[in-house]
Amino acid sequence: MLYAIAVLLVFQLLGEALSQLLKLPIPGPVVGMALLFITLLYPSKLSQQLRDTAQTILQHFSLLFVPAGVGVMLHARRITDEWLAISVALVISTLLTIALTALTIRALGRLFGKNNTEDQRGRS
Amino acid sequence: MRLAEIWVYLAASPLLHLTLTVLAYLVGDWLYRRANMHPLLNPVLLAVVMLVTLLTLTDTAYPTYFEGAQFVHFFLGPATVALAVPLYFNFHKLRRMWLPLLGGLLVGAVTAVLSAIGVAWLLGGSTETLLALAPKSVTAPVAMGITEKLGGPPSLTAILVVSTGILGAVLGPTTLNLLRVRDDGVRGFSMGVASHGIGTARAFQESEQSGAFSGLAMGLNTLVTAIILPPLVHWFGIV
Repeated sequence: MLYAIAVLLVFQLLGEALSQLLKLPIPGPVVGMALLFITLLYPSKLSQQLRDTAQTILQHFSLLFVPAGVGVMLHARRITDEWLAISVALVISTLLTIALTALTIRALGRLFGKNNTEDQRGRS
Repeated sequence: MRLAEIWVYLAASPLLHLTLTVLAYLVGDWLYRRANMHPLLNPVLLAVVMLVTLLTLTDTAYPTYFEGAQFVHFFLGPATVALAVPLYFNFHKLRRMWLPLLGGLLVGAVTAVLSAIGVAWLLGGSTETLLALAPKSVTAPVAMGITEKLGGPPSLTAILVVSTGILGAVLGPTTLNLLRVRDDGVRGFSMGVASHGIGTARAFQESEQSGAFSGLAMGLNTLVTAIILPPLVHWFGIV
């Protein structure tokens, strides 16, 4: 557990450093994720050592967004003034993005016929 | 009298608001499970409502709250790094589908930006609001950075990002069911493109595979949106 957390922190640190050093538009933790993924591709015990801790942390991933969400307090004014534009835009855009992403993947999957997804198996 | 003194002491220490954040989430999560995971009872949404109510009632300012909550907030970083682990364990499936996924990613990234600013513009949203809305589908720290660079208000972006995440977690599974998308990988990936980490958290509840694809989508969309958003917004004519 402690070992796994140390590994995650080290990769985040490397990611932050690289992101700053190369002035990347991508945040440090995302660079850290990419670095850890590349490291895992080399055969070692690391993936098994990280598995349980990663699972535990990711199970409660949504807790980590609560502090930012409470920040809604800071913008009560603007949100009441523009509630219609904001809420309609968020709902339509979120639904449309999910739907079009899924439909594009399915259409391309059928076109190239390589991904025998459960979806297609279920219906054939 | 004595009680009031203890309150004053505790309210000034980060411990109180850290504890309240974790407790509010646990209560939210408990309610969510009690209601058979009804999408409207999203634990993040419930926790935010509880905490905002409490802070308003006790007349506590957000910065005071954040002194305690920052310890939770901090773990967003290591948790994002941890997404590499399920990604690794699902890599075989990813590799087989890389072309369709890439297509979905590009379509999703452009849709997320243009539909959000388009609809808000039609409904008379202000320029600041449009700039804060544009990057709403990517993870909070990146989205805030993008808005700031364009001259918009980053703290408004943070809320819109969290709201988008909650909406995706609440509406995503139902939308995908209506479209008869049953493949776990495709479901997770779509939720990750549209609603970043909160969508990913929801996808992990469906299955590990769904969560892994969602985490991948979130990471890739960060990259794609950071690159395409400035020209898209410029083309739209806001800045």
